[in-house]
Amino acid sequence: MSNASSAPQHSSDLPNGWEMVVGLEVHVELDTKTKLFSASPNHFGDEPNTNIDPVTLGLPGALPVLNKHAVELAIRLGLALNCTVQPSTFHRKNYFYQDMPKAYQISQYDQPINIDGYMMLPGDVRIGIERAHLEEDTGKSTHIGGTSGRIHGSDYSLVDFNRAGVPLVEIVSRPDIRNSDQARQYVAELRSILLAVGASDAKMEEGSMRCDVNVSVRKPGAPFGTRCEIKNVNSIRAVGKAIDYEARRQIDVLESGGTIRQETRHWDDGEGRTHTLRTKEDADDYRYFLEPDLVLLDPDQEWIESIRASLPMLPAARRAQLAALTGANKESESVYVIVERGQDDYVSAVAQAGGDAARALVYVQQAFAEEGATPKVAASDIATLTQMERDAKVTATQAKTILSEMVANGGGDPVAIAAAKGFEALDTSAVEAMVDAAIAQQADAWAKYCAGEEKAMGALVGAIMKASQGKADGKVVTAILQARRAK
Amino acid sequence: MSTPSSGSSPARITSEVVAKVAKLSSLHLSDAELALMTSQLSGMLDHFADIDKLDLSNVEPLAQPFPLKNVFREDVVVAGLDRDEVLAAAPAAEDGRFRVPPSLGLGEQ
Repeated sequence: MSNASSAPQHSSDLPNGWEMVVGLEVHVELDTKTKLFSASPNHFGDEPNTNIDPVTLGLPGALPVLNKHAVELAIRLGLALNCTVQPSTFHRKNYFYQDMPKAYQISQYDQPINIDGYMMLPGDVRIGIERAHLEEDTGKSTHIGGTSGRIHGSDYSLVDFNRAGVPLVEIVSRPDIRNSDQARQYVAELRSILLAVGASDAKMEEGSMRCDVNVSVRKPGAPFGTRCEIKNVNSIRAVGKAIDYEARRQIDVLESGGTIRQETRHWDDGEGRTHTLRTKEDADDYRYFLEPDLVLLDPDQEWIESIRASLPMLPAARRAQLAALTGANKESESVYVIVERGQDDYVSAVAQAGGDAARALVYVQQAFAEEGATPKVAASDIATLTQMERDAKVTATQAKTILSEMVANGGGDPVAIAAAKGFEALDTSAVEAMVDAAIAQQADAWAKYCAGEEKAMGALVGAIMKASQGKADGKVVTAILQARRAK
Repeated sequence: MSTPSSGSSPARITSEVVAKVAKLSSLHLSDAELALMTSQLSGMLDHFADIDKLDLSNVEPLAQPFPLKNVFREDVVVAGLDRDEVLAAAPAAEDGRFRVPPSLGLGEQ
């Protein structure tokens, strides 16, 4: 899509020297048993309006009381995002809408609980976190009638208040993101952190993690441009697509002499474009004022430090540890995948049992996708298998076969499986004889290979593997062929 | 509050601002009510202006009049309201949910 003459470095490279400036507002539902200010269950998927109480419905005289566990989870998240935890207050954000029966949302305004954090992305990119504050979720409206199922043109709406009052943390990044790859990495890393600290189940498909994206464009060094906020971005993939679309839309407007209006836009994932939802209201239209029914939230240092001490090792540290153990790059896909699955402790156990850590990383990535954080196969058996491959007692292909069988059976002794399958290493002289035979049979391929046509090696290797019934080690065969050619 | 000081000092709030706030709150004010609210709110703002004239540099900002902080409840479920009873009190209901007129609302979400 880019008009840029230079080769794009990112999928999100923009034409004519434009730069995008992106900030993300991510709402996450906290994994509590009850709501933020009342004792009704916080539970997704229940029958409509079964988790309601006077506070949820905003009935006269109902008073909110803060859920201590929600505060603890918010602090856990704040600390994991390197924030400062500070004394905070709650405000009423006033607006009139059917899914908010009090006609205000209780949120945090000028004194949020967590401020000034950051997150590191691959390539040592630092994204600032402005704040991560507590607030309550709204109810859920379903618009009935009309053509689109959207609010415009609907005949009436049905409201379910089960979600109203569910505790949320809104994490607001600084506008430090410069391309859609970083935006996707930010959301993915935030999700990993949420899962690691147990703050949220972070299921974007169920709405327990929701992204609003602020996008503007500028020429590098110029002041920030007017931004648009995009809502309804419901997957990590959509975050990247919506940002790339919106930045190019704004550039098209500006380059054709237009101006960008500050507005809220709706991402249509099916059409792959954004639409105007409404022009942005001024912040003071919400008439924020201090919530008179709640008191100061001032967690003492002892509590904060005990929460800090209880934090697990975070994904970034675990990736660094796994990379150091296995010799892999800490930003490699395998390291990300293994830590995401929570299988880094398992790889470490394989290494402790005397296994080859680098091979264990490969085995676990390839064969343990369906296993959880605690695979059934004994780590010591995987350790043995890595040793067998390293010592050339089996080939890489044979090791893979043995591994598949171990996973399928939930375990097994790799030595016994190798014996049962008749896997045995061919000694080098046997392989050399097969190489000679293949060169004789495939004289044409050999001539091409000697003439520098690397592809021709395939036919020779294929013939040798066939002759050995897969028992020859591909790496050994390749090495012998290269040595013969070099002579 | 019954004698707004509209004669002695300039109005601190205009009827346009009051009308806008009323609209945001979905309050429908008659012209007479609008005039009354404007003068009353103006009187309140006069009072704050009086406070502004005082030297308060030694007074700590007060977030709450109560000498309380960290009032919590434990995260324990308590049975709430019965859905059928609640919906029976609503003007309209359908499929276990509140049925409301279509509205674009004036705010977020």
